[in-house]
Amino acid sequence: MFLNCQKPSLIKDPYIYGPDSIMLDLEDAVAENQKDAARYSLYHALQEIDYRGVERVVRINGLDTPHWREDIRVCVAGGADTIRIAKTESAQDVRTVEEAVLAAEREFGRPEGSTLLMAALESCRGVLNALEICESSERLIGIALSGGDYTKDLQTKITGTGVELMGARQHMIMAARAAGVQCWDTVFTNLDDMEGFRKETEMIKLMGFDGKSLVNPRQIRVVHEVFTPTEKDIIFAEKVVREIDDKKAKGIGVFTVDGKMIDIAFYDGAKRTIELAKASGVYEGDL
Amino acid sequence: MINAVGREIPEEVLAATGKKVFEGAYAYDNYEYKKAAPTVRAMVDPNRSKMVSSIREALEKCGIRDGMVLSFHHHFREGDYVVNMVMEEVHNMGIKDITICASSLGKANDAIVPYIEDGTIVGIQSSGVRGKIGEAISTGKLRDLAIMRSHGGRVRAIETGEVHIDIAFIGAPTCDEYGNCRPNGGKSDCGVLSYAMADAKYADKVVAVTDCLVPFPNVPASISMSDVDYVCVVDEIGNPAKIATGAAKPTTDVRKLMMADYCTQFVIHTPYFKEGFSYQTGVGGASIASTISLGKIMEERGIHMGFGVGGITTPMCDLLERGLIRTIVDTQDFDLGAIESIKKNPNHIEISASEYANPMNKGAYVNRLDFVILAALEVDVNFNCNVVVGSDGMITGAQGGHPDTAAGAKCTIVIAPLLQGRIPAICTNVTTVTTPGETVDVVITDYGIAINPRRQDLIECMKGVNLPFCTIEELRDKAYSIVGEPSPVQFDDRVVGVIESRDGTVLDVVRKIKEFTFDD
Repeated sequence: MFLNCQKPSLIKDPYIYGPDSIMLDLEDAVAENQKDAARYSLYHALQEIDYRGVERVVRINGLDTPHWREDIRVCVAGGADTIRIAKTESAQDVRTVEEAVLAAEREFGRPEGSTLLMAALESCRGVLNALEICESSERLIGIALSGGDYTKDLQTKITGTGVELMGARQHMIMAARAAGVQCWDTVFTNLDDMEGFRKETEMIKLMGFDGKSLVNPRQIRVVHEVFTPTEKDIIFAEKVVREIDDKKAKGIGVFTVDGKMIDIAFYDGAKRTIELAKASGVYEGDL
Repeated sequence: MINAVGREIPEEVLAATGKKVFEGAYAYDNYEYKKAAPTVRAMVDPNRSKMVSSIREALEKCGIRDGMVLSFHHHFREGDYVVNMVMEEVHNMGIKDITICASSLGKANDAIVPYIEDGTIVGIQSSGVRGKIGEAISTGKLRDLAIMRSHGGRVRAIETGEVHIDIAFIGAPTCDEYGNCRPNGGKSDCGVLSYAMADAKYADKVVAVTDCLVPFPNVPASISMSDVDYVCVVDEIGNPAKIATGAAKPTTDVRKLMMADYCTQFVIHTPYFKEGFSYQTGVGGASIASTISLGKIMEERGIHMGFGVGGITTPMCDLLERGLIRTIVDTQDFDLGAIESIKKNPNHIEISASEYANPMNKGAYVNRLDFVILAALEVDVNFNCNVVVGSDGMITGAQGGHPDTAAGAKCTIVIAPLLQGRIPAICTNVTTVTTPGETVDVVITDYGIAINPRRQDLIECMKGVNLPFCTIEELRDKAYSIVGEPSPVQFDDRVVGVIESRDGTVLDVVRKIKEFTFDD
């Protein structure tokens, strides 16, 4: 969930809404002449506020601005969990940030490698370079689509149908999976259209995304509802895991569960469902 | 003397008022008394008229003199003109030492402050005051002690004779020339006249003030001609735009929505949420959001509300229209939707403030409440609430039905954001106790929910419910960890007001505020 660092009232307690991760923004939401004030707020928030286990990501200004180096120093000094690199276009962009982060970790006595990175892809070039970006750094945990800038670059607009983002979404999720990192979808800004938001969230979950960026706490519940495995999903996943373990010991490769053909290819998916249920706090089984 | 909520009540206050200290919310159960009675002047001659040409003539005919008690209702809310026009005339006549006994006073009545300063008005008895009158009391400008009473407590005070009203002025949206008053059908409709009913029955003289004289008989009348001495027609009794506005747009404030959701989840997991349950809520964003979300669950589960009470808003009327509420019993209307509803829906009925909340009649609606959803300026670790005195020490709110409904309901829920700006709403000691903690069961904040340890039954039935429960002390500590523990407000020794419990005992006192000085 994006939060403007220029507004202390927004960053003082967003954890009460239960997001998985907060995106403390130093970039677009902060006025150009307030960047330094926002950094002060950010630093004190990171130092003083107990975010109760919610991941603290900071979106820094782009590498084409005079702000990003100081942004990184503040993030590392304050102890941010992850830095989101705006407008990432290449593996080199990630490596440039990585060098500055390492220098800051040494400067402020933070463990080297403790600050993670994620890359926002906001242009056609960035999207096309998704795989090299995903494989650019050990610190990189995932990539995120920034739909507004991307559609501008594509010379189209956000339509609400998703057609303009189709190519980017599919390309990015494939690159992320190939590299073994995560992939998050762009924001949905029409707060009056909660039904449209739910449909889009359901769609990107089916496409394989790991989550969605949010602009308002009202959207959190919908994402959690869509991504939390249902009781039916969990029961089926448990059966699959138990049956595969059981049948493997008996030398059986293919069998049926609840009338569906199952083989070893279903194992990881079922395990993932159970892990997701655990992370969502709804798993009560013993696997 | 220390009372049952641990507040020191100065002996001189007890001596001056003849009151006792608060002994507990239910200490006066079974109390027996003889009701007061007004002096009535018979109307035998059928040719005599009740019409008077001006407020001044009404005052003269009622025998206005120094030291009298005049009463008013607050159904015109922030659009009220009646208090100001009557008091202006009293002032012009050179009358002094008047006590105002109003069901409430608001910013609309700021104009009477000069009459407090010049001694026209020396006493105020009200459910609360907002605006400049509150400042005048808190800064010690009122000669006598201000008395703050709940809606139920006010009727009790009138019926027991603790306060005797000499002249009641009843703003009436419609009235006939013989004094039958109705709350609707004119240009300043207010839905109901519940708070004025006791005044009409117990005042020596009753003046109906209207801006819409209608043909006789104006029936069914909320205030009957048999209680009215005079009828005065004026240009305007209120500003309709401020008496009632359109329904507030449901809040989109996610913090309020979250608290509303917590509230709804709490309600539906209690044993009281079942077919025929009863419910009252206020007008705050979270309360209204809670009503709306509760309505959805009622519909899904086929559960109907037996009756809804109190100050009514459009969302409650919507539930009535959809057949989800059997009856609404109404003492005040907060918006145009509520006023329209009582005009047209036979299951939406007007009740008196006594029927609503009087603790010393033979049984009030509040005693039949399952749930009440309230707000508060401050709640302390003993669950005592403050809804009258701001954290700056200034009188700025009203008890209203807060203590009445809290005492009556089986489950009293207070919704308050943990922080009001930079002031912690959950604190060690409230500035002033206006509702005793023994009647408050649950406090819902944006940071967590605390159940009163007196309610082990509720704690038990919430086991396994996925809500962020914690102790009230944890909520206070969280608030203090964010904004710090504020220094106590600095007060003068002089007591300027008494917070009366519903039964007439002293729950707390309000002192004159003092200019803040920093410690060395």
